[in-house]
Amino acid sequence: MGNWNDVLSYSGKYLSGLGITLEVSLYALLLSLAIGVVIAIFRVTSSKLLNAFGAAYVEFFQNTPLIIQVFFFYYGSPAMGLNISGLACGTLGLAVYTGAYMGEVFRAGIQAVPKGQMEAARSSGMNYLQAMGYVILPQAVKIILPPLTNQMVNMVKNSAILSTIAVTDLMYQTYLISSDTFIVFEVFIFAALLYLTITVPLSTFANLLERRLQRSS
Amino acid sequence: MTLIRFDKVNKWFGKLHVLRDIHLQIREGEVVVVIGPSGSGKSTLLRCINRLEAISEGQLTVDGFRLDDPKTNINLLRQEIGMVFQHFNLYPHKTVLENITLAPIKVRKIAKEEAEKTATFFLEKVGIPEKAQAYPSQLSGGQQQRVAIARGLAMKPKIMLFDEPTSALDPEMINEVLDVMKALAKEGMTMVVVTHEMGFAREVADRVIFMDNGMIVEEGTPEHFFTNPREERAKLFLSKILTGGRASKR
Repeated sequence: MGNWNDVLSYSGKYLSGLGITLEVSLYALLLSLAIGVVIAIFRVTSSKLLNAFGAAYVEFFQNTPLIIQVFFFYYGSPAMGLNISGLACGTLGLAVYTGAYMGEVFRAGIQAVPKGQMEAARSSGMNYLQAMGYVILPQAVKIILPPLTNQMVNMVKNSAILSTIAVTDLMYQTYLISSDTFIVFEVFIFAALLYLTITVPLSTFANLLERRLQRSS
Repeated sequence: MTLIRFDKVNKWFGKLHVLRDIHLQIREGEVVVVIGPSGSGKSTLLRCINRLEAISEGQLTVDGFRLDDPKTNINLLRQEIGMVFQHFNLYPHKTVLENITLAPIKVRKIAKEEAEKTATFFLEKVGIPEKAQAYPSQLSGGQQQRVAIARGLAMKPKIMLFDEPTSALDPEMINEVLDVMKALAKEGMTMVVVTHEMGFAREVADRVIFMDNGMIVEEGTPEHFFTNPREERAKLFLSKILTGGRASKR
């Protein structure tokens, strides 16, 4: 029990790390959703050039390690003469990586909406973006929600990588606490529990939302 | 006044030659029924009129717009053309009223109240004003198709296109849709209708067009077409479809 008391005495540090993890996840989520929508539209539009760009983006970012992408922004930005904080670099890296997966989730969702919906919308005079915004995407959301939640949960877990570029997130604080106390097992178990406090409500909320959306249609 | 003019129009899907040298003129107020065996190109012909399919060759002019010109603002023309699909294609996430008002509000930029008034007017016209707040999934097929017609009409179009509007319906619901279409035809709407409903063609069409293998094989008044077709293929088609029973009785 002694170890647990030591662990709990660091709860302030844990909470500050949890706060950073939440902050990074939130920004990366918003950014990756935006990237995902754009990439998905690139992939389903009729322009061959945009198709190719979208496909290349997805292939590149899905098939290279996240840590390299994060390092690219962290070590690459000073080389390019940019002065961006580690937190911003990490958020950016996490967002472009997750954005590739979001893009695939959105694309699958958009393509699952029957073709006649786009035809009906376009034949009433809507342009492509109006048809997407008013007709296709609202229907795609229902299809997208479960895999989207998976990606969100993955992203929260992946954010632990940012500890390697000195972002003081939950993982980073956990390392510090562990080297401070020489306790490993309990320190990391407690960190895992804290990650669960983000991910479990996330998937629970998504499940509820999904059930409500199913009922309304 | 000619609203739709096909001039030596050809279309290929890859190697498949689906429309061959189509010449066709449709005047304002005319009701043209297109019939023919499946795969004859009749749906493609219809879908070219609002460029859901682009033509490969020739000239196609609709309401003064050149559809063979890629610079034509197609969204502007499509506001003037209502389309009714075989599978209705109502927006399942929107109520009946929202289905009908969406394009008037977003495309024609009409105020919401006015759009809803217009929608209610057309819902009454198609006989289901009480369904305004229902979702499409709560309606029968016949009701859904009538909503789809109201949705097309709410844009106050110059032309209405019907792509096999009764083919996906249970038999007992076909008439409620055809009745709405007949009323529309009597009011002088320009209509192009792809259908297998020979009774409708006979009663309502100003002109019947028979297509086979991508070509317009025969065209004429319903009297001419149903009683005395010249072409062998048209005779064969009629003999097959009319001995089917239900179509000939109506």
